[in-house]
Amino acid sequence: MNVNSLYEKPVLFALAAVVVISVGTLVTTFIPLFLPSTQPVSPLFTPYTAVETEGRDIYIREGCNNCHTQTVRPLRAEVARYGDYSRAEESAWDRPFLWGSRRTGPDLARVGGKYPDAWHYRHMANPQAMFGKSNMPAYAWLAKAKLDTSLTARKVKVLGFGYDEAEVARQLAAFRRTVTAPTWPSAQERSRVTPAALRGELTELDALVAYLQKLGRDLMAAQRAAAGPGTAEAAEKKNPYAGNRTAGEEGEKIFEENCKVCHGEKGAGGFGPKLATTKHKFGGTDADLFTTVSGGRPGGMPSFLQPLGKDRIWKVITYIRRLESESR
Amino acid sequence: MANESEKMYTGDNIVQREMRMTNGTRNDSIVRGFALSSVFWLLIGLVIGLWLAAEMVYPSLNLAPWLAFGRLRVVHTNGLVYGFTLAGIFACSFYMLEKLTRTPLAFPGLAKAQLWLFNIAIALAALSLFAGMNTSKEYAELEWPLDIVVVVLWVMFAVNVMGTLVKRREKQMYVSLWFLVACVVTVAVVYILNNLAIPVSLTKSYSVYAGVNDANVQWWFGHNAVASVFTFPILAMFYYFLPKSTGLPIYSHRLSIIAFWSLVFGYLWTGAHHLMLTPVPEWIQTVALAFSLFLIAPSWASVVNGFYTMNGNWDKMKSNYLVKFFILGITFYGLQTIQGPTQAIRALSAHLHYTEYIPGHVHMGTMGWVTMIITASMYFMMAKISGREVHSVKLANIHFWLILVGQLLFTVTLWIAGIVQGAMWKAVNPDGSLKYTFLDSVAAMYPFWTVRLVGGLLYFAGIAVFAYNLYMTSRPKPGTKWSAAAAARSQAA
Ligand code: HEM
Ligand code: HEM
Repeated sequence: MNVNSLYEKPVLFALAAVVVISVGTLVTTFIPLFLPSTQPVSPLFTPYTAVETEGRDIYIREGCNNCHTQTVRPLRAEVARYGDYSRAEESAWDRPFLWGSRRTGPDLARVGGKYPDAWHYRHMANPQAMFGKSNMPAYAWLAKAKLDTSLTARKVKVLGFGYDEAEVARQLAAFRRTVTAPTWPSAQERSRVTPAALRGELTELDALVAYLQKLGRDLMAAQRAAAGPGTAEAAEKKNPYAGNRTAGEEGEKIFEENCKVCHGEKGAGGFGPKLATTKHKFGGTDADLFTTVSGGRPGGMPSFLQPLGKDRIWKVITYIRRLESESR
Repeated sequence: MANESEKMYTGDNIVQREMRMTNGTRNDSIVRGFALSSVFWLLIGLVIGLWLAAEMVYPSLNLAPWLAFGRLRVVHTNGLVYGFTLAGIFACSFYMLEKLTRTPLAFPGLAKAQLWLFNIAIALAALSLFAGMNTSKEYAELEWPLDIVVVVLWVMFAVNVMGTLVKRREKQMYVSLWFLVACVVTVAVVYILNNLAIPVSLTKSYSVYAGVNDANVQWWFGHNAVASVFTFPILAMFYYFLPKSTGLPIYSHRLSIIAFWSLVFGYLWTGAHHLMLTPVPEWIQTVALAFSLFLIAPSWASVVNGFYTMNGNWDKMKSNYLVKFFILGITFYGLQTIQGPTQAIRALSAHLHYTEYIPGHVHMGTMGWVTMIITASMYFMMAKISGREVHSVKLANIHFWLILVGQLLFTVTLWIAGIVQGAMWKAVNPDGSLKYTFLDSVAAMYPFWTVRLVGGLLYFAGIAVFAYNLYMTSRPKPGTKWSAAAAARSQAA
């Protein structure tokens, strides 16, 4: 057969084209679908709750993935900025995946538990009020929309999360009781952004915040458990800059860039506790303060060891000491 | 090289024979309909692009939920990929099909129905994306009912392409037709497989793939959507309209054969270059990297073919207003296919992935290569259809310079921005702590974003000139069959 005749037989030509595109498809895409090593599964990573599932769907609806990624790459600076790199197992329940392709905003794969809920309510309602230079849209209207849960049970079933309709109803009711209780730690900020009529209901923002708080949590919990109590790195004992004026001034700048959003102007308090005081929630010795700032604390104090480094943490502590003395 | 058999399949004689045919095609109104639809969606998509670019500088422009950046970006990309580019492909394909087969379309009624269904589908797509009904998978955001409509549209198109090819009177299929067939089969395969989902309601579904597999399938699709929408059919136009508008045959047909098969083979291996350093298995990433570098060769075969076609006739760059569109277009294609493969290299991906550099890459391809070729092809085609010369060569030249300068300002700015941004993300102090907060890197981008907005405005002005010029060219000339048909219609009314 003359090779040229391929260019005279359109149907044969189309079939040849299908064969040619199939080779790469089979090797790089189709076969991996059937290899368990492509998407390994681990019991350490749990499916989303009913509320988190709804929150994830709002994240998808609003296209948050167009500006935020959810994959920390195994690069030194990236791990320092966001936290440990992403594992394949973490995505096992994700349909669709939400890794993203642009980082107009920061990565979110490790944001769960990093800040208190109140931080998210305030931030989502008006990002520029917290960070003047941010270009994130304000999503205040999410707090003004009642969460539609009519499809939740169906969604959970399609996604194969392994709990039934009754469990969905129970989770939704329990979550509603939690966030609408006046004693809930983030109640004040939630009420501020939520219209009175919806304060007793679940809003879209409630669900979105719940979803954000789930991101990366399973991995961090697993790592804490593996490390066991008492093996956390031995804290530094003494501030090398104690009483150093210039270090305190540098510390002030670092404080304004990193701490002020939560601890307020001059440490007057906000989402985070007041720092212009001699009574600190997690202890007031140099070692205590260093442990708190470097390692973070449950309830929304992020860890600053990686992004700031020891030196700058001591400088911030020097500044906190100045605030203490000014508060006396 | 120019022996008889080579000549036979250079398509040279095909283009010659076809030249003797009368102006226009049997189905001018369908071609014209798709061309004008394409321009309409182009203008809409660009206005949205400008709004997006402005939102990055002035976030207060996120005025309403449907105008918020996250939703609007999807309308921009889908509007331009599916509205503008696909309609442009349909217009040029139907035209080239009739010309290169010397046969009228096999099913003109079907093509007419496709035109209507297409515009309805794009309008519904835009509305649904504004409303936030989307799957989140890039370029595959449409929810499942619209996916079905897209598949129906594609089948309608494929039936006409294959039907006309089977009925053709010209023995050999010219290279443009091969690329057209490759586009038809590749889009069908990648679109359907990536969009497989389980519905929970009319407006919501979940991908059948989970996590890493979903990512891998998505970017296998994503890269080949680029291949089969922004590459194969645009090359088809290039290989047809460059010789047509210059009277010069393509330099080497043997080169186009090699280029064709290796391009079509290579593209499907490279999806994971969008996923470098993510949890996707490392071997898939490495294979994607290797094939990305390999793609430079077949891509440049077309570039070389284009340049050598002009050999000895470079004065046509000046004397023929269309040539500079095609030559600049293929040049940007050449730069694009060098830049793309370098982005796949792990060390460079580590620096550039997720940064402004990537929209820089994207827009050199779309604003430089794709729109240069499509708009020039449309001038040529529309003049033939309406049996007149282009309305104004002067306006076409203004259009050319505005989109060229606008595009360069846009893309070069973003490349620099991306390199700066990547460097700020990476910068560490001697003790390993970070030099800049994320917000520092955002603050550093504002000047770049402002320049990008200016570049976008210049480009938009160029496209507005084009739209006017094309519309004026498309008006029927008295005494042609098209104007007779128009007159008959207005008499009937
Ligand atoms: C006036 C001209 C244009 C402006 C101002 C504009 C603006 C934008 C903006 C602001 C983005 C978002 C970038 C980001 O997230 O950082 C974007 C993305 C995009 N645009 Fe455009 N655009 C224009 C022309 C075009 C054209 C002509 C096409 C296609 C034919 C196109 C296709 C795309 C695509 C595919 C993306 C997604 C890129 C990615 O995922 O990296 N744009 N555009
Ligand atoms: C040999 C050819 C090409 C190769 C190997 C290539 C490679 C790449 C790579 C590696 C990326 C991902 C960058 C990242 O996210 O880090 C990318 C993105 C992209 N390229 Fe290319 N490119 C090629 C040609 C083209 C052409 C001709 C176009 C036409 C417009 C194009 C349009 C795009 C688009 C739209 C994206 C953005 C995808 C997204 O993230 O949404 N590329 N390319």
